[in-house]
Amino acid sequence: MLPVVVVTDLVKQFGRFAALRGVSAEFTPSRLYAILGDNGAGKTTLLRALAGLTVATRGSISMLGTTDLHSVCGQLGYMAHPSLLYDEMNGMENLRYFARLYAISDGAQNNEDRCAGVIRAVKLDPSLTRPVGQYSQGMRQRMSLARALLNDPKILLLDEPFSNVDLRSAREMVSLLIGLREAGKTIFVVTHQASLLEGTADEFVWMEAGKIVSRTRDLQHQESR
Amino acid sequence: MSGVAGLTRATLAKDLRLEWRSKDAINSMLFFSLLVVVIFSFSFDPTAEESRRIAGGLVWVAFLFAAVVALNQTWAREMRNQVLDAYRVSPAPPNALFLAKVIGNFIFVTILQALMTPLFIVFYNLRALGPAYQLPIVAALGTWALVVNGTFFAAMSLRTRSREIMLPLLLFPISIPALLAMVEATGAILTGEFSAKFWIVLLAAYDVVFTIASLFLFGLVLQAE
Repeated sequence: MLPVVVVTDLVKQFGRFAALRGVSAEFTPSRLYAILGDNGAGKTTLLRALAGLTVATRGSISMLGTTDLHSVCGQLGYMAHPSLLYDEMNGMENLRYFARLYAISDGAQNNEDRCAGVIRAVKLDPSLTRPVGQYSQGMRQRMSLARALLNDPKILLLDEPFSNVDLRSAREMVSLLIGLREAGKTIFVVTHQASLLEGTADEFVWMEAGKIVSRTRDLQHQESR
Repeated sequence: MSGVAGLTRATLAKDLRLEWRSKDAINSMLFFSLLVVVIFSFSFDPTAEESRRIAGGLVWVAFLFAAVVALNQTWAREMRNQVLDAYRVSPAPPNALFLAKVIGNFIFVTILQALMTPLFIVFYNLRALGPAYQLPIVAALGTWALVVNGTFFAAMSLRTRSREIMLPLLLFPISIPALLAMVEATGAILTGEFSAKFWIVLLAAYDVVFTIASLFLFGLVLQAE
């Protein structure tokens, strides 16, 4: 199977500090990759580089067969640690605006259906009129995931999707991710709660000091080292 | 809705909605310019003739300082929850965001002018001796000059540590030609001693040059880390 993402000798420096030190890897489609490592290992920087938010100091990223990441950004879904939502607007208002950025539909009804659909998919109520700023942290995380799913992306980049989410909601999110993978999406999840993805992730990608140090099929394999 | 015009409309509508709910920019601008009017009127006790000569400078300095408050708010809103990253990862063109911000700021500063101008007239006993119909033209061109540059430089200073200080440092020197034209044109209209046409043409040329330059360069500013 042809890789959907190819990272070649990726280096990212912030001044003297190298957040990524020559990362090279290939990732095949329709898989769920859990990216693990200690704080400062370079997980978030790698994810931001894949999203096109960080310009590499050296090296390249090829995604969906092109190194011009901007040309494929409409096929990416990105969820960051902050919510990337406007606190003063409710969930539907936020998603309606982001739907326009992706030119999801010129038809108002299709647009509404799509926004309401992804909100329901993350187990929230589209009719909630409260502004997002008044949501609980867990609800905000789920709304943030809904925003990332809005454009029906082929590649999903999720940074700490389970942080501040209760266990039941986190398991519901994992079930949703399984469904998305079965629908053919390639999913990258940066997390410190690796146990939630045990038995679900196709591969655990371990990072340390800006490098990928190993890739394992199961969680215990690396943790026992 | 599609293309730059559609996205500009959607982003502008979103910004107006956010401002309507938070009133961050308009409140701080109003209080600031009210203070300037009152303090200046206590500091000077000019005759009607002197007022006409200095009013152009006073009015535009007050609006310039007040506009800086709004310009900082515009982008601060996009930095909360890192919402700007959601725009950066989308396929939406940068110019739609820039134009929406400029038009939004133009509306806010125009509202401020509409509210503050009667106060200036009362406090400084102003009456135009020249062609008064030129005043709205000078106001529109001058406001556009302030907000185009201001929106651009506020975006540039977005990721600097002390952006509130950085914006005036960048904006004020580059606004000197426009400010000079606004003050001279306003003075010419109020005193009726000379024609304002040269200054109006200069202001219009300044607006065209800086609007085009900002539109060309904003993509780079948006993608900068």
